[in-house]
Amino acid sequence: MRVISEEQLESQTTAANSGRSQRPMSKARRILQRILGNERELKTNLSLLSMSLPGIILLFVFAYLPMLGIVIAFKDYRFNLGILGSEWVGFQNFHFLFGTDAAFRITRNTLLMNLLFISTTTVCALAVAILMNEAYRSRMSKYYQTMLFFPYFISWVIVSYFVFAFLNGQTGLVNQWVDVLGLDRIAWYRSPEYWPVILVLANLWNGIGFSSIIYLAGILGISPELFEAAKIDGAGKLQQIRYITLPMLYPMIIILTLLAIGRIFHADFGLFFFLPRDNPLLYSTTDVIDTFVYRSLVELGEISMAAAAGFYQSFVGFLLVVGANWVVRRVNEDYALY
Amino acid sequence: MAVTTSRQQAPLNRYRVQAFLGRFAVHAVLTLVGLTCLIPLILVLSISLSDELRLAKEGYQLLPVGFTTFAYEYILQQPGQILRSYGVTAFVTAVGTVAGLLVCSLLAWPLARKDFRLRGPLSFYVFFTLLFNGGMVPFYILVTRYLGLKDNIFVLILPYMVTAWYVLIIRTSFTQLPTELLDAARIDGAGEWRIFFQIVVPLSKPVLATIGLFFVLRYWNDWFLALLFIDDSSMYPLQYLLYVLMANINFMAANPQTTGMPIPTLSARMAMAVLAFGPALFTFLLLQKYFVRGITIGGLKG
Repeated sequence: MRVISEEQLESQTTAANSGRSQRPMSKARRILQRILGNERELKTNLSLLSMSLPGIILLFVFAYLPMLGIVIAFKDYRFNLGILGSEWVGFQNFHFLFGTDAAFRITRNTLLMNLLFISTTTVCALAVAILMNEAYRSRMSKYYQTMLFFPYFISWVIVSYFVFAFLNGQTGLVNQWVDVLGLDRIAWYRSPEYWPVILVLANLWNGIGFSSIIYLAGILGISPELFEAAKIDGAGKLQQIRYITLPMLYPMIIILTLLAIGRIFHADFGLFFFLPRDNPLLYSTTDVIDTFVYRSLVELGEISMAAAAGFYQSFVGFLLVVGANWVVRRVNEDYALY
Repeated sequence: MAVTTSRQQAPLNRYRVQAFLGRFAVHAVLTLVGLTCLIPLILVLSISLSDELRLAKEGYQLLPVGFTTFAYEYILQQPGQILRSYGVTAFVTAVGTVAGLLVCSLLAWPLARKDFRLRGPLSFYVFFTLLFNGGMVPFYILVTRYLGLKDNIFVLILPYMVTAWYVLIIRTSFTQLPTELLDAARIDGAGEWRIFFQIVVPLSKPVLATIGLFFVLRYWNDWFLALLFIDDSSMYPLQYLLYVLMANINFMAANPQTTGMPIPTLSARMAMAVLAFGPALFTFLLLQKYFVRGITIGGLKG
């Protein structure tokens, strides 16, 4: 089927491309044919390719061009010279970046905060999912899900308003409570030591619905026969959770955690930028790679610094994703990203 | 249950009591956690409905102090900027969602087709964007210097239109379509485009609805692109306007007399937030089940 005569091909070509010159086109066709298959397949494949074209172009412009643009980390970028025209400077930008205190601070904050996020969210989401499963048949189940899930769809800008309502110095709700307890008011926006906790709570509030739904789906996927058998053997609820639910979820927990670790070098920009309100007093615990890159790029105009930090993030992040996926594939191939 | 009850009355009663207590505990904990999640929402709503002077004196409370809708009236009386931003956000959300759905599903369909010769390379091309990205700096320079899209409304739409994750979810769903229908259409002489729009799309309404809602909330909630690329206040989307207002709070609070009338800063600020998340929250409540389905598909990879 795949081998067809030159003539057939040419007649096909003229039919499809009347108006264009025949000779070079037929040669182009032959190349196309090698890639996209014979006459009939060719038509189908060309249609399919044309469908994907807008997506291919958009990805090329907004995903692949920036990937190429990453070379500016090795250049002394000048706006008027552009990326190609700017001078190569080797690793100078990185020397500059790692010569500052900021490099250590943002790396530490990014890693530690993400680790805190991963561990708290996993534990709490698991607990909630197990409870939700127990209440799954109840009418209330839907309401619980709604209450836990809606924060996921509130943007960080809005959340910063929520946090401000709790924490601002004079009128904030938390300081009212502090008054009631007879303690000294706390200037939250000037005390970096509290922010890891605040950010963990905000992140938990935001993400617990999402994660618990994923785990709940996992629990609902466990064969009911296992629970029946355990019940007959006299296992109580807690024992069922301990010996069936959790072990059955282990692969999922491990994999979701590994995938999260793969993203550990990327901080949630909105969370770290809006909630502390870009307050320099709080940088010691709230400044992460993403906020540092943004600030260097847009507010301070230190493009070389931003580019070096950005490259550092993309590069290490890529290694981590690939590494995490490699481990995931060894645990369970079905869950691997690729 | 009934049979065992009559056989061993005493231990089962204890068992039942335990089961009841267990259920009670489950519901109590879930209710508590759920309500805790609601507290920020309630707090902000209450502040927005509170009397400005009493707020300043008594601080924020979980229930409105001196109930009034003055803050909302105040905002809606001089709606210039907020209406403008609503318009920008609505436009971006509507155009972005429709265009994004179209482009993503058009990209997903060939990827779902086993007879597409470029399926492998194209899958990799889409998928690789999930693993590696150039980051903010090249993206910023590309858009501002090379594409010249700074302060252009389409910069708020184009970068999000193709999201590899959405494409993969749609593709997974497309591969589960019954092939008989497609073959029948092909025998009847339908072209690929026609098959896509007349068979594939109508059959895939659930997944398209799910991804469509993801798009809606993504565009509605976006501030990132505006933060990077929009300086012109006539093009501020809602979320970015809120950020600007938040960043300028100290200025507003320090100069309440600048416009000659008392500005309800404390309550109006929160009323703005309510007006901004209200529609998104409403959409979510209305269509929650689609999200849950989408997350389950995405999270478990089909």
